[in-house]
Amino acid sequence: MPSLGADMKAGTLVAWRVKPGDRVKRGDIIAEVETEKGLVEVEVFEEGVVDQIFVQPGEKVPVETVLAMIRPEGMPAVSAPAEVPQAAVKEHVPAEAGPEVKPGLEVSHLPGQPPQRRIRVSPLARKLAAELGIDLSTVQGTGPMGAIERADVERAAAKRLAEKAPTPSVSEKPGPPTMEKPAVTEFQIGMRRAIAAAMSRSNREIPHYYLETRIDMSRALRWLEAENQRRSIKERLLPAVLLIKAVARALGEVPELNGYWIDDRLQPQEAIHIGFAISLRQGGLVVPAIHHVDLKSLDELMEALRDLITRVRAGRLRSPEMTDATITITNLGDLGVEKVFGVIYPPQVALVGFGKITEQPWAENGMIGIRPVLTATLAADHRATDGHQGGRFLEALNRHLQEAAKL
Amino acid sequence: MKENPQMIRLTYREAVREAIREALRKDDRVFLMGEDVGRYGGCFAVSKGLLQEFGPERIRDTPLSESAFVGAGIGAAMGGMRPIVEIMTVNFSLLAADQILNNAATILHMSGGQFNIPLVIRMATGGGRQVAAQHSHSLEGWYAHIPGIKVLTPATLEDARGMLWTALEDPDPVLIFENSNLYNMEGQLPADAGPVDIHRARVRRPGSDVTIITYSASLFKALDAAEILAREGIDAEVIDLRTLRPLDQETFLASVTKTHRAVIVDEGWRSGSISAEIAARIMEGAFYELDAPVERICSAEVPMPYAKHLEQAALPQTETIVATIKRMMHS
Repeated sequence: MPSLGADMKAGTLVAWRVKPGDRVKRGDIIAEVETEKGLVEVEVFEEGVVDQIFVQPGEKVPVETVLAMIRPEGMPAVSAPAEVPQAAVKEHVPAEAGPEVKPGLEVSHLPGQPPQRRIRVSPLARKLAAELGIDLSTVQGTGPMGAIERADVERAAAKRLAEKAPTPSVSEKPGPPTMEKPAVTEFQIGMRRAIAAAMSRSNREIPHYYLETRIDMSRALRWLEAENQRRSIKERLLPAVLLIKAVARALGEVPELNGYWIDDRLQPQEAIHIGFAISLRQGGLVVPAIHHVDLKSLDELMEALRDLITRVRAGRLRSPEMTDATITITNLGDLGVEKVFGVIYPPQVALVGFGKITEQPWAENGMIGIRPVLTATLAADHRATDGHQGGRFLEALNRHLQEAAKL
Repeated sequence: MKENPQMIRLTYREAVREAIREALRKDDRVFLMGEDVGRYGGCFAVSKGLLQEFGPERIRDTPLSESAFVGAGIGAAMGGMRPIVEIMTVNFSLLAADQILNNAATILHMSGGQFNIPLVIRMATGGGRQVAAQHSHSLEGWYAHIPGIKVLTPATLEDARGMLWTALEDPDPVLIFENSNLYNMEGQLPADAGPVDIHRARVRRPGSDVTIITYSASLFKALDAAEILAREGIDAEVIDLRTLRPLDQETFLASVTKTHRAVIVDEGWRSGSISAEIAARIMEGAFYELDAPVERICSAEVPMPYAKHLEQAALPQTETIVATIKRMMHS
């Protein structure tokens, strides 16, 4: 189970896109995983043949759990039965699997995370539940401290029997994995929790400093208007594309803002992957990354942005997009916010905030005029950089936006 | 099985005496020694009359020196005799603990299998008779810790009557713990009652809801509790361990596998007790059968009080067993 976010502890495998025997190559999507941030597609970084699959759809497993084995082409298949690791994994998160998980009845046996609510089960009840295929998370315990005992499992089994004939055979495994989305409330709770963890860490650990600058957008917008005139509606560019590209250019000049603070030191990243905060209709937000922004043309960026937004809305993000942003842009302009002072997403070291472009009185060369003005802010990690670098960055950003044609 | 054996009425004390008498008659290598066993008839009157019947060669009064007379018993056993050594109470046996642990239990091993010690040591154990802390403890669990000896705890008349001969036939040291509260217990026994096996625990009352594992005098509290529980619809199985070393775990594991709940009643102190050993074996052998945590009812971890109400409060009681099991069964 790959880590699909700094704060991710576990994920539910929703579906496999491959089966044992399939050939895979780097970049293939092999599985879909449900995280607190939504459905994420898991890419593979190896080339070879899928040998064994250890985690079945519907199972929630901790990060770092082996999901499947891929053997290099030409190597003989491993003959060991897949049962052993599978059983081991189930042991870890025994009550999670199955389609009938009640909202709010979250079980957590994950290392390093305080359990939300541990289900107490007597050994006999656990054994019986496994035999009868009863999902323990659906059973109401009547023992001490709500422990589930044999009688509780038997009651649950009798209830199930009454609900649906014919009787499932004893050997029958728990039902097929659900593809249903969790209830909105539960999803929101999970996401809120994830955001809470990341942002608390940020405010706790990162000494932020904030800079703000006003940017005259008249030249850029004029250029964009002219550019869009020439394009079909489908190909038209959004102002956001200019902003994203300008950020990448400015980062090229101030690379200290593009990277991570890990192990008490700044680790600047060569690649510029810009995380773009996208709020979701049902609440919460995700920050998928647009990769290699500095190497992409405006058209490619527009395409990438459109694709990203579509997939975010559909809840289909790929794993690297969720994790490898090197800096984040938050753009609250369409909400009418004039300026935003952001909270850095750790372990990144900077966040650029854009507000709404508003018409404002603007003095230039001794003349007062009305200009479309954008307020850009920088929240940066004071451990990694000082206001000097931050100032240079905003200056560069401004400069690149004055020459939109060169972006 | 004999048909309609003639039943006789007797006490536990008399059953033990009958067992000693029978052994003395059957085998002239057998003799009894201990403090006051002769002229006084034993401090619990177990050996009353035996001196007159068998003479001072075979019913020997000893000085007040547990280490000396237990050591003498070991020597006699090595020399071919079949001594029965009586120690007044388990508390005093600690004075002979060196002889029991370092000699009786180890000589077979130390001699490379050349010398068995066919010694039987009987002693009184248990509280509840208001004789205060130095006469009232239940330390049989301590002896059950020692490899090389056997530890028997007869609870019934039948076992009081039958275990001694079986112990004397054993080539190795056997300790028999007689709970002093049982000496006055009366009951029926076949006139021809004889040796019993000492290797198996017994199900004294079959049941299906919970297993009570106990031994010695606590057996009767457990049986009383089971009767009370039965009236409330809880069907308790009562197991009499009979022998604390070696433990017959097969019997109690089979029972727990059936009932899925276990309560251990032990007059010893809880920490490091035989009940701890039994609980651990249940975890090792029947964990996946358990529907509730194993419970233990032991004596309070205090020196046994003299005052009656305090002593009764310190010992496991029927009401405690009933209450514990009702809690386990949520009823």
